Amino acid sequence: MSDAPAMRSVLRDGLWDNNVVLGQMLGMCPAMAVTSSATNGLGMGLATMVVLVMSNALIASLRNWVSPEVRIPVFIVLIAGMVTLVDMCLNAWFHDLYKVLGIFIALIVVNCAVLGRAEAFASRQPVLASAVDGLASGLGFTLAITLLGAVREIAGSGTLFASAHLLLGPDFAFLETRVMPQGAGALFMILPPGGFLVLGLMIAGRRRVQQWLDRGAPAAVAPQAAH
Amino acid sequence: MSGRRLPDAVWYPMLSLGVVALVTTAILAFGQAATRGPIAQAQADDTRQLLEQILPAGYADNNLLTDTLQMTGPDGAPLTVHRARKGGALRAVLFEMSGNGYGGRLTLLMAVAVDGDVVGVRVTHHNETPGLGDKVDAAKSDWVLSFNGRSLGKPEPARWAVKKDGGDFDQFAGATITPRAVVATVKRGLAFFAAHRDDMMATAARAGQNGSGGQHE
Repeated sequence: MSDAPAMRSVLRDGLWDNNVVLGQMLGMCPAMAVTSSATNGLGMGLATMVVLVMSNALIASLRNWVSPEVRIPVFIVLIAGMVTLVDMCLNAWFHDLYKVLGIFIALIVVNCAVLGRAEAFASRQPVLASAVDGLASGLGFTLAITLLGAVREIAGSGTLFASAHLLLGPDFAFLETRVMPQGAGALFMILPPGGFLVLGLMIAGRRRVQQWLDRGAPAAVAPQAAH
Repeated sequence: MSGRRLPDAVWYPMLSLGVVALVTTAILAFGQAATRGPIAQAQADDTRQLLEQILPAGYADNNLLTDTLQMTGPDGAPLTVHRARKGGALRAVLFEMSGNGYGGRLTLLMAVAVDGDVVGVRVTHHNETPGLGDKVDAAKSDWVLSFNGRSLGKPEPARWAVKKDGGDFDQFAGATITPRAVVATVKRGLAFFAAHRDDMMATAARAGQNGSGGQHE
């Protein structure tokens, strides 16, 4: 068993160096499909983060019993089973939350980032490190798609965090802001082309920042993760 | 996976996948059994809230969820009709209708008073374009309230259309197909009510006591 990597580097990896959306470009389907508003992005991100932490921990705890030949089907069975269980429990006991998050939960199964973390990290690392990796990756995913949703929502609908109270409760109604007058937005930003456009700009922006950071330390140029 | 040495035998991978699948299936089966009741309850609550919010406050005093009757809808599919009564007297019937919007099927729930006037309409399911067609959703715009108090004769049948088609109902800037679909669906619903009014009333009087516990989809 390899040594557990330092928590700091795990966090940095998930949030920036190997950000699921902007670095690894995994999970594009849910990232594009739901980010027509910042609230949707946040909801999807948080739900995915919870699943990532749980699936990473579960898979790490079983890693010594699963034979390599069948590891991918085993991961898929575990992830799909767990997501289904979460879906049923939310529907039964947290029904108001489910009405908001329900459409996202089933989509998590098809998020290859979850399987990606299971294969790349949790299948070789101890439980705690894997849970932290799930948290970091999930947080990076959440931040990226919330930002994506915020940009598209501002440009497309002229609002920010519209109907956040449905997701976070009435205490967070203050987040709901109107940036532009009703009807002033560019509709295509909410439609699929806007998603591709903003995502492309965000990926380019991340690389630009990375280049700028690397410029400070020219000798140690980018042992950066492959894209 | 990298640590302990696993048995080399060819049966081991099969066994490990089989055990995982079996255990997962068992857990899901228990999970489903445990959540079935609460989920049905929560969905019934949703339906009741939906049925009640479409009616003005104090409009009905019966249990809309259990006071139902089954009919064959205009598309040949079974249709659950909920009935609203006050003091035992039938005041309105509520049922779902679907039509084809811009993004596919849209479903609306409508309440029609016994005299044929629309009491309320809500679009309950749609895939219309966000920001354009989704203004038919009561959460986004008041447009759908413009049906209240209308009937097949108010306006006359030719004017049951959006303004662009020479009718009485507003369309939205950039979206005509969605409101057109909703107007046409409401009109079909009213026509369905007019054609089956006697059935609904007759059964309504009889089925009052033994309202089946039918649940609306």
